[in-house]
Amino acid sequence: MNPANYLILSGLLFAIGTVGVLTRRNAIVVFMCVELMLNACNLALVTFSRMNGNLEGQVIAFFVMVVAAAEVVIGLAIILTIFRTRRSASVDDVNLLKY
Amino acid sequence: MSATESLVLAAGSSGGSIQVPPVEYSSISPLLIVFGLAFVGILVEAFVSAPARRVVQPVLAFLGFAAAFVGTVLLHARRDTLVADALAIDGPTLFMQGTILLFGLLAVLLVAERRLESSGSALVASAAVTPGSAGSTAMQTSRHMQTEAYPLMAFSVAGMMLFVAANNLLLMFVALEILSLPLYLLAGLARRRRLLSQEAAMKYFLLGAFSSAFFLYGLAFIYGYAGSVQLGEIADAAATAGKSDTFLYLGVGLLGVGFFFKIGAAPFHSWTPDVYQGSPTPVTAFMAAATKVAAFGALLRVFYVAFGGLRWDWRPVLWGVAILTMVVGAVLALTQRDIKRMLAYSAIAHAGFLLVGMAGTNADGLSGSMFYLVTYGFTTIAAFAVVSLVRTGEGEASDLSQWQGLGRTSPVLAGIFAFLLLALAGIPLTSGFTGKFAVFQAAISGDATPLVVVALVCSAIAAFFYVRVIVLMFFSEPPTDGPVVVTRPSLTYAAVGVGAAVTLLLGVVPQPLLDLANTAATSGFVR
Repeated sequence: MNPANYLILSGLLFAIGTVGVLTRRNAIVVFMCVELMLNACNLALVTFSRMNGNLEGQVIAFFVMVVAAAEVVIGLAIILTIFRTRRSASVDDVNLLKY
Repeated sequence: MSATESLVLAAGSSGGSIQVPPVEYSSISPLLIVFGLAFVGILVEAFVSAPARRVVQPVLAFLGFAAAFVGTVLLHARRDTLVADALAIDGPTLFMQGTILLFGLLAVLLVAERRLESSGSALVASAAVTPGSAGSTAMQTSRHMQTEAYPLMAFSVAGMMLFVAANNLLLMFVALEILSLPLYLLAGLARRRRLLSQEAAMKYFLLGAFSSAFFLYGLAFIYGYAGSVQLGEIADAAATAGKSDTFLYLGVGLLGVGFFFKIGAAPFHSWTPDVYQGSPTPVTAFMAAATKVAAFGALLRVFYVAFGGLRWDWRPVLWGVAILTMVVGAVLALTQRDIKRMLAYSAIAHAGFLLVGMAGTNADGLSGSMFYLVTYGFTTIAAFAVVSLVRTGEGEASDLSQWQGLGRTSPVLAGIFAFLLLALAGIPLTSGFTGKFAVFQAAISGDATPLVVVALVCSAIAAFFYVRVIVLMFFSEPPTDGPVVVTRPSLTYAAVGVGAAVTLLLGVVPQPLLDLANTAATSGFVR
């Protein structure tokens, strides 16, 4: 199968993630969209690894998974504290800092 | 033979077993010291009692950063790539690592401050206690402090040092996360105004994660183009024609988004004022100064080393971003009523001035940017330290109206702050002037004169809002219920003193540091 198709899929996933971050209200969903973007990157890396004929891209994908896991820990901690304070995880409700 | 089999064979034929790269421990000793410090800090959290930690942690952090700084100075002549070319130890790396460590030292002084008010430090006693719940008011006056801040700062500094040394995009991405993740947490640790602080942490985190996804997608496209993430090999691949340039340009653009976010350049600046305002002031000072150094260090390395051959392609974009950043920073700062937000927009404008130096795309631009980063960092840390000294019953007097007449009630502190604001505006005899002179001169010699004209106009606009604060402090009547200035001698005053002294010193005798920056820059980046 033509590897370019996987790149198109990766681009689509990345675009869905980007639009999700920009339009969704719930912080958890926004964060899931960021994770979707990271996974789109992983798909692209693995595809490029195949196209270039070396294994570097696959190794990078592992690094990305570890980094994403670390990011989840920090992110959920922050979203959890703000939810306990405000009883809401909506990013529209956190609007004290402006102008 | 299918493609999969050939891939496996190709991997197998290149040695079979994985070669362990040699690690030159002596050359990365500053990095190892700071990482070690961070881990020791975590062990201290686990095994030392809470009152003792409040003393042990800052002392440990200060000594660790100082030791790493000495290590950096001792290494000053090293020019080498290490650990299978993953790290580049060269002039710019060592200069920026030293700068980051000095800012770390000053930031430790600010975080360790416990004498600003009866309640103690600027950092929260327990981040897990919900604001507004039973016991949350007791938390405001508690002697406790979330001492995890020190190991978090050490991790962040280690990430920054790795970020400027990384010679490979993967390591750069990992370093970016190591420096950012602790900062997201630190942003949420303010003792007063907990809601603002938590909001700052969440905004910083969501937007930061968003931008690192862009950085990573850029990395993926560069890898697809060059077949490697080594900066040197990317440069070689970009120099040979015959490949699809689409991947290359996509990669450069997406990487650029990630970097521009970190330095706070427009149009990716919107997080800066919110995060600077909401974070605890010591943390704001630290991230304003040190993150900027780290992000610019990596930005310069990637665009000079890997994409140096493409400079005619990215220069126009850089021009656009620089102009937009300067204009947005200078104009929006005019409308601010909160002192920390105003300093945040000033930070955006300064990122624009730094991009002007980079737009020169020559060795002068490199040394000028490095010099500017030092001058800007010291002035900014001192300015934020002054902000933390002017307080009302509810914490810092952040609203500009509360600063009215401060020059009459406490002339010394207001005088120092006025001096720092003049330095940020770039008035002669301050470090701000010599720094701006260095980057603008580099830009003119690099044929970026129109950019310098815009920068001068923006400097003039920026000078207006700095001077407005000075006028407010000295030429208006103090309100009856004005803020109280902390006069007890304290660590914050030490940081203010160091920052103001360096600002004056680099304004009067800038030559030694300029020479140092030139020496570091002339050897350039190793590949």
